[in-house]
Amino acid sequence: MLRFIISRLLQAIPVIFIVITATFFLVRAAPGGPFDAEKVVLPEVKRALEAQYKLDLPLYEQYFAYLTDLAQGELGPSFKYPGRSVNEILFSGLPVTAELGFYALLIALIIGVTAGVLASLKPNTRQDYIPMSLAMIGICMPSFLLGPLLVLVFGIYLEWLPISGWGSIPGDKILPSITLGAAYAAYVARLSRAGMLEILSQDYIRTARAKGLPEWQVVSKHALRGGLIPVIAFLGPAFAGLLAGSFVVETIFQIPGLGRFYVQAAFNRDYTMILGTTVFLSTLIVLFNLISDVAAAWLNPRLRSQLSGGGK
Amino acid sequence: MKIANVSGELLRALFSIVIATSLMACGAGESNVLEGNRTGILHYGNGAEPQGLDPHVVTGVPENHLIRALFEGLAVKNPITLEPEPGVAQRWEFSDEGKVITFFLNPEARWSNGEQMTAGDYVWSWNRALHPETGNLYAYMLYPVKNAEAYAKGKIKDFAEVGVKALNDTTLEVTLNAPTPYFIQLMDHYSTFAVHPETLLKFGKMTDRFTPWTRVGSMVSNGAFVLTDWALNRHIKMAKSEHYWDRDKVSLNGVVFYPTENVVSEERMFRVEQLHYTAVVPLDKIPVYRERPNTPYLQSPYLGTYYYLVNTERPPVDNVKVRQALSMAVDREKLVRSVLQETAVPAYSITPPDTLGYFPPQVFRYDPDKARALLAEAGYPNGEGWPGLEIIYNTQEAHRKIAVAIQQMWKSELNVDITLANQEWKVYLNSVSQRDFQVARRGWIGDYVDANNFLDLFITDGGNNNTGYSNPIYDDLILQRAPRAQSREERYALFTEAETMLMEEMPIIPIYTYTSKHLIHPSVEGIYPNLMDSLNLKYVKLHPEQTLSGEVK
Repeated sequence: MLRFIISRLLQAIPVIFIVITATFFLVRAAPGGPFDAEKVVLPEVKRALEAQYKLDLPLYEQYFAYLTDLAQGELGPSFKYPGRSVNEILFSGLPVTAELGFYALLIALIIGVTAGVLASLKPNTRQDYIPMSLAMIGICMPSFLLGPLLVLVFGIYLEWLPISGWGSIPGDKILPSITLGAAYAAYVARLSRAGMLEILSQDYIRTARAKGLPEWQVVSKHALRGGLIPVIAFLGPAFAGLLAGSFVVETIFQIPGLGRFYVQAAFNRDYTMILGTTVFLSTLIVLFNLISDVAAAWLNPRLRSQLSGGGK
Repeated sequence: MKIANVSGELLRALFSIVIATSLMACGAGESNVLEGNRTGILHYGNGAEPQGLDPHVVTGVPENHLIRALFEGLAVKNPITLEPEPGVAQRWEFSDEGKVITFFLNPEARWSNGEQMTAGDYVWSWNRALHPETGNLYAYMLYPVKNAEAYAKGKIKDFAEVGVKALNDTTLEVTLNAPTPYFIQLMDHYSTFAVHPETLLKFGKMTDRFTPWTRVGSMVSNGAFVLTDWALNRHIKMAKSEHYWDRDKVSLNGVVFYPTENVVSEERMFRVEQLHYTAVVPLDKIPVYRERPNTPYLQSPYLGTYYYLVNTERPPVDNVKVRQALSMAVDREKLVRSVLQETAVPAYSITPPDTLGYFPPQVFRYDPDKARALLAEAGYPNGEGWPGLEIIYNTQEAHRKIAVAIQQMWKSELNVDITLANQEWKVYLNSVSQRDFQVARRGWIGDYVDANNFLDLFITDGGNNNTGYSNPIYDDLILQRAPRAQSREERYALFTEAETMLMEEMPIIPIYTYTSKHLIHPSVEGIYPNLMDSLNLKYVKLHPEQTLSGEVK
């Protein structure tokens, strides 16, 4: 198992390195620079700015300087927000985005697994069709539609919930978490239904039933563990996706998270910020994929024994 | 049977979660507006997270609002007339035919740490604002000062040669290159504000852009408010300053600025009374608000023009008759009525009307017959032989709608085919500055209320000209004759002459004059409509008894 983890980690290094290199050169190849503005920037001012950000150095020198800084954990000063480092901006937004992603995932799991399991217990009945149709709608409905709809109903007509902010008014975390979680809940529902259906038709489930175990024990003790493997495997990429993809929800609800900075950095040609967020998020994605692979392997007895056998 | 039990359990669990979630919601409590009215705090939608708060480093509208609450210039604008009135300087005198201005600083003017403000602080700050290493985008605001441009370009190394001197602690003498009627106005622009030298030097060199001197607890400023909290992308809080010289006039105890980037969310925040004031209003909500009695919607002309740049060196628009034909075939009244829902004013020139008493000439009007005749004279009768024309604009729904409307007008009136191309913002900026276009959408917002700020765009090789337009007579009017005019009337007559010339040669096709649009809670007093959309928070008062009447839902 340890060997499996180490080899995966080693594979990750070149991946991240390629991401850094590609991003570094791509952002500089994009037309327009960080200092282009609607009102022309005087040549003397542009020179001064380029000197302050070391953009006057040859490209390869900039690249190696960046790698050196990165090795020390320094992501450099932001172009768009002078006076703030990329590290500072990342760490101010990350806790918020991570918290939002965590709640969204929690909601996705609770709703998704419940709906998926319910559906799998009586396939091709109303108990199956209704939650699965809802799940399909959930997948199809983009968050920029669902968010404003929820705001209109719960925030403006019913006046139950705050419509924006994060942690400043009680209850303001509910709508964004549901909005972000809904699409993932739908995926989780479909995955857990499929997983459960497969497991419920297995021989050992029939054996368990034949033993006279109550149905809830058959489901919770025997079926769930195997049936949810696809869901577990989905969680890693899903959480990384939630972190990187929370932009829309953060904009709708005015949440001070990472997503808004990430997307705006690209529009602003904020080189250091684009690189910083890309490096950071790609590292997270690699890491979460690894964690979910390990968890899935651990849940699957056949794989587990193979891996620990290989590790010895 | 058993399966049914299990699903029943699960359903019940799900139901309880939904109920619990709804219950958590209750007790959202007093709205920001009600609380603010009680405690004297204004909740202000500010459009975006500011780049920063250093007056010599940042640019932008949200930054302007914040910096002008924290700092004050030598002169400020009257919120109604926009004429300059005393700020840090109690009064000023002109001598040497307007080429020398002596500012007499208010001896009561204090930094927020209680220290007295001195003329020396201005000399130090203007050195910083102009220094070639600072990289101040608005350095040119001080270029009317003698030798300032040469210093900013590194041609002069000694700042003592620049025309700004502290005669004593409270007297600042400024020598200009030429009489500059709008110079006093520039004293209300943040790029000319003073910063506190000792505070900046505590964190680094004078010219450093990256130091944290603007953070809470470090910043020393001189305006009506001081910085008390700055949570990135969440809010910026300010409290009334104890040391501000005119503190008795300040009614608010504080202001909270919100980075309201999403205009739709901002409007919803206003509706549930989380904001007193919005930076903008979504277009589709405007008719709804307009119909309300005692509407909180405030619209007023704004010092900005929306226009199309024409590349005068590319066919077919290198022909002045084609440019005139295109411009005359645009029905601006209809455009403003249908596409813009009366939220703009049709424009027939570059300078907005009533720019400090200046009204631009109307050289042409909507005239499709004349347009067709001109096009025929140019060699394209009824659009025959038309080589095609492309309009570029930066990707945004509003620009697309206008471009589509104009495309249709040109097709139906002149029978010419137009293609539209949207480009991502920085790509578009690049195309415009490289002059890689035939027709490009453009907007210009004035930095100070003076026709010069619009007309000097089109001098030969002007940085923002971008059209290839060049006319020595025009250059002479703007650069030589207007600055030397003896009176406002004479100066405005010269501007009229120049603008007439510009609109006859049509390197640009003006489309509309911008308006500023806000939602303002009825409890707020002291926000006046003006051309600069300029708000001095010092004059704002809250009246808790006024409430939003008639819900818009």
